[in-house]
Amino acid sequence: MNKFRIFFWSILILLLQILLFNNINFSQHINPYLYITFIFIFPLNKNRFVFLFTAFIYGLTLDLFSDTGGIHAASLLFVGFLRLSFIKLFFKKNTIDYLLFNLHSEAFGQVFNYVVTITVIHHFVLFSLDNFSFHNMETVFLNTLYSSTFTLVLYFLGSYILRKKIT
Amino acid sequence: MQQLIYFIRKYRYFLFFLLLEFIAFNLVINNHSFHKSKFINSANSITGGFYNKTTSISDYFQLNKENSELSNENLLLKNNLQKALQVLETVHISRSIDTIQFKQRYSFINGRIEKNQYASYHNFLTINLGELDSVFSEMAVINSKGIIGITEHVSKNYSRVQSILNTNSKINAKLKNNSYFGSLTWNGSDYNTVQLLDIPRQAIVKIGDTIITGGMSSIFPEGVPIGQVINIKEEATIKRVINIRLFNDMSNLKNIYVIKDFDKEEIMNLEKSSNE
Repeated sequence: MNKFRIFFWSILILLLQILLFNNINFSQHINPYLYITFIFIFPLNKNRFVFLFTAFIYGLTLDLFSDTGGIHAASLLFVGFLRLSFIKLFFKKNTIDYLLFNLHSEAFGQVFNYVVTITVIHHFVLFSLDNFSFHNMETVFLNTLYSSTFTLVLYFLGSYILRKKIT
Repeated sequence: MQQLIYFIRKYRYFLFFLLLEFIAFNLVINNHSFHKSKFINSANSITGGFYNKTTSISDYFQLNKENSELSNENLLLKNNLQKALQVLETVHISRSIDTIQFKQRYSFINGRIEKNQYASYHNFLTINLGELDSVFSEMAVINSKGIIGITEHVSKNYSRVQSILNTNSKINAKLKNNSYFGSLTWNGSDYNTVQLLDIPRQAIVKIGDTIITGGMSSIFPEGVPIGQVINIKEEATIKRVINIRLFNDMSNLKNIYVIKDFDKEEIMNLEKSSNE
């Protein structure tokens, strides 16, 4: 996937998040946060400054539109920083493999583990920051559970449907 | 020195990550104190303009409902006007003072909600009124059914409203049938229910009582409807919580009014001078 297509898909997903997914509000708190796809489609690189900075700006843009201060920026940056360690853990990849790494050419079991871990961590950080106190921790856990299920179902459906177009 | 450089080189990504995370946390904390989030809010021209374009499309789907609501409001206002005129006719004013004819404490500015939010714990709305419409910070936002929030950040054409569905929001409210007052807060669970706290123990509150805004703050005029009491928890204790069902359906708002208080500056000056 070349740079232009990554840019195009990132902007499209951001627009979908702002206009559609942020307004689902299923039983008030449950929304899919599909903009996390950004973490999965951004190419791996040894130099991580560009990726960390773009993840921060990407989250901040969403914060700007949804009046949430910096919670999306903080949570996206958090999983963005952890991404490489999870790739090493689940796919056993080294620096040499980064250039040709593609989620679609990996085994589904590993991809599933990777995507689920990153999504759940992201959602947990997101909802804890949204809650911003140690009260109602049980709602934070419940929201994380429901919303990440929602996100994951949509992500796997989307990546299955668009698997030919994205790669 | 060399070791320090070596340290920075080794952990450069982690340090960069910490720096950005620190900025993000600062923005989150600023977003929680009224009026402090200068940069990251939806009242700027880019996000405001974006929402303006998108709502002008989605508005078409609710035109019927909005029209009937506005017509209902007109009906109510017309009937009230007739009543008021009736009262005025019975009062004989022998000497008219010029200033009385033009004296007006509150004036209303009409606008539209560009972005509604009710699912978070800290909800903010964006409206299409800004400094050019003489809307400024800390002005009341209501609609025909009840209160909505307080303007917080104002740009040229748009402003951000702190919704009453914000766990940081605190609004002076009172019972309609007597003058005991308390503060209206939200616990973040249900977007149709808000909580009234600090009502004195001796006040008799019944289920179904109407709650209106009290005139204690210089933001809301007295008597804007809020909602009805649905249940009372821990009755007759100091921790009494009164749950109130809002008249407004906060998930479905469109036309709003911003209230301009002409006496606000005078009141603020008076309070400031008496505090010293």
